[in-house]
Amino acid sequence: MPEPLLSVRDLVVEFPTRRGVLRALDKVSFDIAEGEVLGMVGESGAGKSLTGAAIIGLLEPPGRIAGGEIWLRGERIDNLAREKMRRIRGRRIGMVFQDPLTSLNPLYTVAEQLTETIRTHIDVSEKEARKRAIALLDRVGIPAASRRIDDYPHHFSGGMRQRVVIALALAAEPELVIADEPTTALDVSVQAQIIDVLKEICAERGASVMLITHDMGVIAETADRVAVLYAGRLAEIGPVRDVIQAAEHPYTVGLMGSIPTLTQTADRLTQIPGAMPRLNAIPTGCAFNPRCTRVMDRCRIDRPELAARPGGRQVSCWLYDTAMEAADG
Amino acid sequence: MIAFILRRLVQSVIVMLTVALVAFSLFRFVGDPIASMVGQETTLAERAELREALGLNDPFIVQFWSFVARAATGDFGISYRLQQPVMELILSRLPATLELALVSGILAFLFGVGFGVYTALRRGNWLSGSIMTISLIGVSLPTFLIGVLLIWVFAVELQWLPSFGRGDTVYIGDWWRTGLLTESGRASLILPAITLGLYQMTLIMRLVRAEMLEVLRTDYIKFARARGLSNRAVHFGHALKNTLVPVITITGLQMGSIIAFSIITETVFQWPGVGALFIRSVQFVDVPVMAAYLMLIALVFVVINLVVDLLYYAVDPRLRVDRANARH
Amino acid sequence: MTDSTPEDRPNALVRAWDSDIAWSFRRSPLAIIAALVSLIIILAAVFAPWLAPHDPFDPGTLNLMDGFTPPMEPNAFTGNVYWLGTDNQGRDVFSTILYGARISLFVGFMAVLFAMVLGITLGLIAGYRGGWLDSLLMRVADVQLTFPSILLALLIFGVARGFIPPAYREAMAIWVLIVAIGLSDWVQYARVVRGATMVEKSKEYVQAARVIGAHPTKILVRHILPNVMGPVLVIATIGLALAIIAEATLSFLGVGVPPTQPSLGTLIRIGQGFLFSGEWWILLFPSLTLLALALSVNLLGDWLRDALNPRLR
Repeated sequence: MPEPLLSVRDLVVEFPTRRGVLRALDKVSFDIAEGEVLGMVGESGAGKSLTGAAIIGLLEPPGRIAGGEIWLRGERIDNLAREKMRRIRGRRIGMVFQDPLTSLNPLYTVAEQLTETIRTHIDVSEKEARKRAIALLDRVGIPAASRRIDDYPHHFSGGMRQRVVIALALAAEPELVIADEPTTALDVSVQAQIIDVLKEICAERGASVMLITHDMGVIAETADRVAVLYAGRLAEIGPVRDVIQAAEHPYTVGLMGSIPTLTQTADRLTQIPGAMPRLNAIPTGCAFNPRCTRVMDRCRIDRPELAARPGGRQVSCWLYDTAMEAADG
Repeated sequence: MIAFILRRLVQSVIVMLTVALVAFSLFRFVGDPIASMVGQETTLAERAELREALGLNDPFIVQFWSFVARAATGDFGISYRLQQPVMELILSRLPATLELALVSGILAFLFGVGFGVYTALRRGNWLSGSIMTISLIGVSLPTFLIGVLLIWVFAVELQWLPSFGRGDTVYIGDWWRTGLLTESGRASLILPAITLGLYQMTLIMRLVRAEMLEVLRTDYIKFARARGLSNRAVHFGHALKNTLVPVITITGLQMGSIIAFSIITETVFQWPGVGALFIRSVQFVDVPVMAAYLMLIALVFVVINLVVDLLYYAVDPRLRVDRANARH
Repeated sequence: MTDSTPEDRPNALVRAWDSDIAWSFRRSPLAIIAALVSLIIILAAVFAPWLAPHDPFDPGTLNLMDGFTPPMEPNAFTGNVYWLGTDNQGRDVFSTILYGARISLFVGFMAVLFAMVLGITLGLIAGYRGGWLDSLLMRVADVQLTFPSILLALLIFGVARGFIPPAYREAMAIWVLIVAIGLSDWVQYARVVRGATMVEKSKEYVQAARVIGAHPTKILVRHILPNVMGPVLVIATIGLALAIIAEATLSFLGVGVPPTQPSLGTLIRIGQGFLFSGEWWILLFPSLTLLALALSVNLLGDWLRDALNPRLR
């Protein structure tokens, strides 16, 4: 198996607060292969965005990485010096944020922001940077790019701004793009276009994508594999088709049951009872046990680890413990 | 753009007319202008004659109009106390006040922005902690007390700097007497400028700090960091520029306050400016000088407001609406 | 608490002690110190006639030989010792400070009271009536806010003096001062009260009270006023510090209280004259008192604002 582009091992992110330390990510492990699109799903507060922020080294204090390792193409990046990490941001890992209306500095033209980013990472002349910037804008689908490049962000509509944001994230040709809810703030009519643009350009350049979203529809269409987060822990990870069609973790099963599909003839969508626990009240054992329909005694005591399953899947659930032993044997 | 400036100009004229009305009412109703002008031995008939000659029997609106017309040409009459044309008095003292206000304003802005940025970027370190604490005392200290204490320490005890006056001055052109070109003039300026600028500096500093912290939390700063821009570029290119937009307004308005507060500083340091002249006029109910000073301050405020608006316009592209509406 | 008192009294005390404000107060050492300092100065000022060793305004008790006595040292001629020294006329500096603080605080409190009553009244009317009256008041408020209040107080003071015959100027000075400072500072109250009134006015209970025919004044005082007391208290506390500073500034400029009733600002003005001859104590102690008073009241206001956390401004 080739070396993955990104490898996250047992990542722990903690927030020290007055009332004790909150563990927002608890031993999260996953890989992203070269050119792969990994979907990251979960409810709000499950830790999706934190995972992205931890990888790119932009956790908001007092949040900090308290354990685990992050490797980028064989190089460990979670403990890099600030300046070295800065050179990786934008150059090797790009990031697209949720809200295009607030992601761009209102006081600089698109050209200024693009050339600044390009010239930070690549040694080119101002003129060359501008040429690249125009090509990039053209590529992300901004009409009349050579003219509009000198406009300020407020001259663009929301969808157009998100295209500019994508251009900015890709300006220095990163190997990995973390897209944190890139379409949530957008009008439904342009969401698909934005996702397409992002996916196409990344495919063109061979860049991998970590797509953070709570929209399973987007994941189904875009991602190669999907990782499901629950209360800061990975519930399940595997090829997107398998996970959607035959989810194994009861949480994922519930999650899939809540998505309307055209083929499904169900009268009503199922809903998982209860709510995700707050970080200061995560139950012992499996974090999902109070809401789980198939809960066992063991789930309330021991925490299940992420374990390999056939077909390149991994699940953290005691239901598959014996099955796994059988498969091994 | 032109429409914007025109609208502002009209507003400014309205403000000036309102202030003129107040100033004129001062003239007309505070004390008796005739009694202030003539001696004890003037007869009642002579007084009535003078009253008629000065137009004091005309309808209010006529009198007001002629007041405005004269004020527009800089004619505010004769000071009751000094028996000199008011405008002459004010013009001879204006350079002193403007030089003091300008230097304090620049000091306040530079140090205010500098300290504000520093304390915002280095939160929790001991130096920014102490700067914040001292600034709290600075806000609570009355301006005149700062001046008196500075005189005590630097002029009386250490004898480094002069305690009053402008030092030597030289003329630039016909009437502008400057202290900036002589050594003693510059030395004399230091303590008053610090006194006058300190309060404004703490205000600007606290504002810059608060705004900067606010801006540093925004998405576009996060995005700038995520693109790997250097700390320098993020802090000074992106964060500071956005911080300065609201700061410009406040600083502009503070410039007006600086001129007003110069009354206090000029009294403490016996600085021969218009503020000290105004205080004297209040003590002696010298109405023409009070009225003229009022108009002068109003003019300064109006001009500063205009300049601030234009600066705002230059810094923030979102305000340049004309282009924005055409697109989308 | 004693067992004979009715039940509600210890309860009220316990309730006060347990309230959020009291809790936040106990946890803030700065607020406690500020409150203590303010309280000491206020009490000392109120009881000045009993506390002061000398009456600085009674020429009979003054001995010119006692002049310029440094603090804590016996006078060269009379052997008298004064804690904080004496001024040129042999007045005990400690006593003049007590009486000076009395005048400073009197002017400060009265000015705040004046501004508060004026601001609340205008704010209630503007918020309740709305319409052109509201726009007019708020326009005036806007214009006034852009003007530094000290300049405004100076102008009002100057104008008022113009109306008062010279013979009465001295006697009326303190009241003119109170009105001048009060008038320059009513806007904050009016704004907060107006905003709150407009919010409360549309609520159902006020509508209901109107329907049953309650008099508007009654509605305003009964229902709306209690809701704005928190923010008003914060503004008043910070306003007190500002008023004390404004009074001191005007008196220092020589346009405030008459020299026969010296406030802290007057004392500092007098003390400045003795700086160069080396009698530093005449300047220093009134300055420190003013600083302590202004700073502690300011800190108290700051704390109160954080504790009540009303969205001011």
